[in-house]
Amino acid sequence: MKSFKVIVLAKQVPDTRNVGKDAMKADGTINRAALSAIFNPEDLNALEQALRIKENFPGTTVTILTMGPGRAAEIIREGMFRGADDGILLTDRAFAGSDTLATSYAISQALKKVKDYDIIIAGRQAIDGDTAQVGPQVAEKLCLPQVTYVEEVQKIESGKIFVKRRLERGVELVSCPLPMVMTVNGSAPDCRARNAKLIMKYKHAKTVTELQNSNEDYLHLYNDRPYLNIPEWTVSDIEVDHAELGLSGSPTKVKTVENVVLQAKEAKVLSPSDDDMDTLMRELIESHTIG
Amino acid sequence: MNNVVVYCEIEDGHVAEVSQELMTKGRGLANELGVKLEAVAIGHELEGIENQIFPYGVDTVYVADDARLAPFTTLPHTAIIVKLFQEQKPQIALMGASSIGRDLGPRVSSALHSGLTADCTSLVIGNHEDKKQGKTYENLLYQIRPAFGGNIIATIINPDCRPQMATVREGVMKKEILDPKYKGKVVKLEVAKYVSDADFAVEIIERHMEKSKVNMKAAPIVIAGGYGMGSKENFQLLFELAEVLGGEVGASRAAVDAGYVEHERQIGQTGVTVRPKLYIACGISGQIQHRAGMEESAQIIAINTDPEAPINAIADYVITGDIAEVLPKMIKYYKKNTK
Ligand SMILES: Cc1cc2nc3c(=O)[nH]c(=O)nc-3n(C[C@H](O)[C@H](O)[C@H](O)COP(=O)(O)OP(=O)(O)OC[C@H]3O[C@@H](n4cnc5c(N)ncnc54)[C@H](O)[C@@H]3O)c2cc1C
Ligand SMILES: Cc1cc2nc3c(=O)[nH]c(=O)nc-3n(C[C@H](O)[C@H](O)[C@H](O)COP(=O)(O)OP(=O)(O)OC[C@H]3O[C@@H](n4cnc5c(N)ncnc54)[C@H](O)[C@@H]3O)c2cc1C
Repeated sequence: MKSFKVIVLAKQVPDTRNVGKDAMKADGTINRAALSAIFNPEDLNALEQALRIKENFPGTTVTILTMGPGRAAEIIREGMFRGADDGILLTDRAFAGSDTLATSYAISQALKKVKDYDIIIAGRQAIDGDTAQVGPQVAEKLCLPQVTYVEEVQKIESGKIFVKRRLERGVELVSCPLPMVMTVNGSAPDCRARNAKLIMKYKHAKTVTELQNSNEDYLHLYNDRPYLNIPEWTVSDIEVDHAELGLSGSPTKVKTVENVVLQAKEAKVLSPSDDDMDTLMRELIESHTIG
Repeated sequence: MNNVVVYCEIEDGHVAEVSQELMTKGRGLANELGVKLEAVAIGHELEGIENQIFPYGVDTVYVADDARLAPFTTLPHTAIIVKLFQEQKPQIALMGASSIGRDLGPRVSSALHSGLTADCTSLVIGNHEDKKQGKTYENLLYQIRPAFGGNIIATIINPDCRPQMATVREGVMKKEILDPKYKGKVVKLEVAKYVSDADFAVEIIERHMEKSKVNMKAAPIVIAGGYGMGSKENFQLLFELAEVLGGEVGASRAAVDAGYVEHERQIGQTGVTVRPKLYIACGISGQIQHRAGMEESAQIIAINTDPEAPINAIADYVITGDIAEVLPKMIKYYKKNTK
């Protein structure tokens, strides 16, 4: 049976879903330090689809590609604990300030270096930038067909992948020739949990930078067990046109950012008493709001 | 040249709500810039489609009609839009932040190397001074959007690349017929010049579209329940009140997740956006993601046991109390006062 080379695009994001009271500073700005960095939720759904393909087609490999600061290597390990074979960290100051176009350019240039991929799986959307644009843009840059909002891979045969897509108002079953890019929806199955054996195997996996800052006792491990080395690529490892990177490669610019602060307006405060309820309903009827 | 263009989504021969809303917005922007408003309609059996489009004040509609162009698939629609934009060079292009627009928009923007701002909640024309380069840009599109899970609002501009592209969700802009007799011109595109056989790589094998049963966006009154409703049974109180007042029932995500009510009633960032005359929030705390879908309601009543609930900050009436006590009384006193 055929096997595939699957790449999962994953992003480390601040946990914007758990913006608690301590996450807002007194002046109403976001206290980023209080938000933990997590594996973007829909990228975990993407990883699960990749791992299922690996199960169904023995010999398939799953590689996690992430672009971000050095600490983003955390999500590569997280992916390995759940069944990914390896990962690549794409990291360079030159990527700072990228919009989705510059991000997808950098990612697609890294993918060109990876070569021989069959299926590239991204999450639908990242919970910080919230655009859902990177997946389709990577597809365009690699001249590959795309299938968005995937909920389930049904089968792969004769060079085609068959998937179910979840749209706003319905469902579609589509086929797409390989190689291709898909983005996976949050409504797809959750990612499997970490596996104890894989945690043992990969817990010391590190990038070169992490290795340089780490305990020397372990250094011998990395020659004996090459799978513990997480490749770290900078701009000099991939072929790029510098003008297309970072701020200069980004057509969109953030002009201003405002933190959302609650503004109280004058409200009428009522109790559930009969009098208050009677008054309320009369006011609403008189102002033609209801009735 | 340098007009404003709207991509029209078409399902079963009807131009989608979100596209109608964007044509109204597009007309406003075009007036301000002193340019024309154009629209693109891609699909099949589009005879007469312009009659649904011109009333919004569209001056030119480009029509690409071919059996293979409906239902929507990414590659052929992208190919047509990309070539058309290269020919026409619009300065602004708007699409729905829908499952179609968010599939198509990024692909088009990548091919044209133009920026794309996702999910805008407001679009206005403004100037921009780039102090570093000592350059002033006039009449840029300010694309205003929430990010970071709705916790921040960013104004995005696209100074140098054209078109300035933005997607907007359904229900965010208001639609308005400009003139039922408005006449523009129809330009039929020769489809074979725009698409190649390779563009049909993705095939739709099966398709099930659900007709929406609920129409919250058109409802003048929306009565929404949250996790504080406590049960599916208690949601019946909302349906009763909706029945008496003539409104629709909506919900927070926590209520939907708890299974109190179906998903299509969810209001907020990941649900629908409503702007009714009256919004009654029952047992809803009012997290930012929920408010994103309702804060433009003309009047808001918040019913909550917690006097400090965030929803109270945007309410016109705050009723501090238990829904089980308040809702039956509202029904009772409504009936009494309308007799
Ligand atoms: C306030 C604010 C607003 C912004 N608005 C816009 C805007 O409107 N338009 C715009 O072009 N840019 C915008 N950006 C920039 C954008 O957030 C970044 O370019 C970001 O790197 C990618 O976009 P995203 O987070 O929206 O990802 P999405 O496009 O939502 O991500 C989709 C998928 O792509 C993959 N992916 C995304 N990023 C990475 C990565 N770094 N490594 C690996 N895989 C990845 C993941 O699988 C992810 O699930 C904005 C940034 C800020 C701070
Ligand atoms: C990316 C993202 C997208 C999201 N999108 C949406 C969205 O589209 N829509 C949405 O709604 N949410 C959305 N959320 C979730 C949102 O953050 C909140 O979790 C959700 O809105 C909370 O719902 P709730 O107010 O019903 O529940 P809770 O926060 O649990 O509030 C329940 C409220 O009921 C009150 N209450 C309890 N009992 C009673 C009673 N007997 N009588 C009266 N009041 C009572 C409580 O005081 C409390 O204020 C999203 C979150 C994320 C991260």
